Amino acid sequence: MTVIVNFLIGFFILAGAILCLIATFGVIRLPDVYTRNHAASKAATLGVMSILLGTFLYFYSFEGHFNSRLILGIVFLFMTSPISGHLINRAAYNSGVKLWDRSVRDDLKEYQKKLHEE
Amino acid sequence: MAFQILLNIVLAFLWMFIKVGFDPISFIKGYLFGLLVIFVFRRFFNSRFYLYRVWAFFKLTFIFLRELVMSNIAIVKIVLKPKLDMSPGIFALQTDLTKDWQITLLSSLITLTPGTLVIDVSEDNRTLFVHAMDIREVEDEISSIKQTFERAILEVSR
Repeated sequence: MTVIVNFLIGFFILAGAILCLIATFGVIRLPDVYTRNHAASKAATLGVMSILLGTFLYFYSFEGHFNSRLILGIVFLFMTSPISGHLINRAAYNSGVKLWDRSVRDDLKEYQKKLHEE
Repeated sequence: MAFQILLNIVLAFLWMFIKVGFDPISFIKGYLFGLLVIFVFRRFFNSRFYLYRVWAFFKLTFIFLRELVMSNIAIVKIVLKPKLDMSPGIFALQTDLTKDWQITLLSSLITLTPGTLVIDVSEDNRTLFVHAMDIREVEDEISSIKQTFERAILEVSR
């Protein structure tokens, strides 16, 4: 039983750390704001969530301490991070940040143009 | 739905008062019997029997977690690929959902889907503008996923 719990704790914390690292790579490597935001808002969310889950499991199994704040932290992060990603993207688009040159379509531009003409 | 839950709690308290036992165990017993009573009288309520909605809510939570894991796998694949050969773009997505909380839920679900991120919602709440990481192959697939998301959200609110 402790072996399984040990394995789970190690897995969650390691996977979270690796995901955060990959999110950082994505922010450095990807070409424009929007694609960078993909990496930052998804990979970092799951990374931090699994680190918190690993910490919760550690304190629960080794110290017998049920820390409900860690669970609350996971839930809050899960609810707020997609919305913050959306807001950053929207602010970038409305202040005129260009898409990457190899982008294919832009339906929002036509919509906004139509909105201006009316 | 809230009315049915309130009625169920009142029935549980009724059970506690009848049994003269004020501990959590008799509350739970009374709650289960009250659930049975509400299930028997379900055709007198305006909305559905509320356990269906609770179940739909759990299904939606499960979908959220699954999409989060899948999107992370997709992101890892794109970031660690030696060549950057995706073709991003913004496409418009029509939605049938009307209430504000449904649209909020749908857009956070889309944001957690592999390779998509909501940029803007149109003035009349009918169109979502979605930035996709790789627009070539994904679009059909994504629109089919969206059908399942919209159905799951409608299932909760019905």
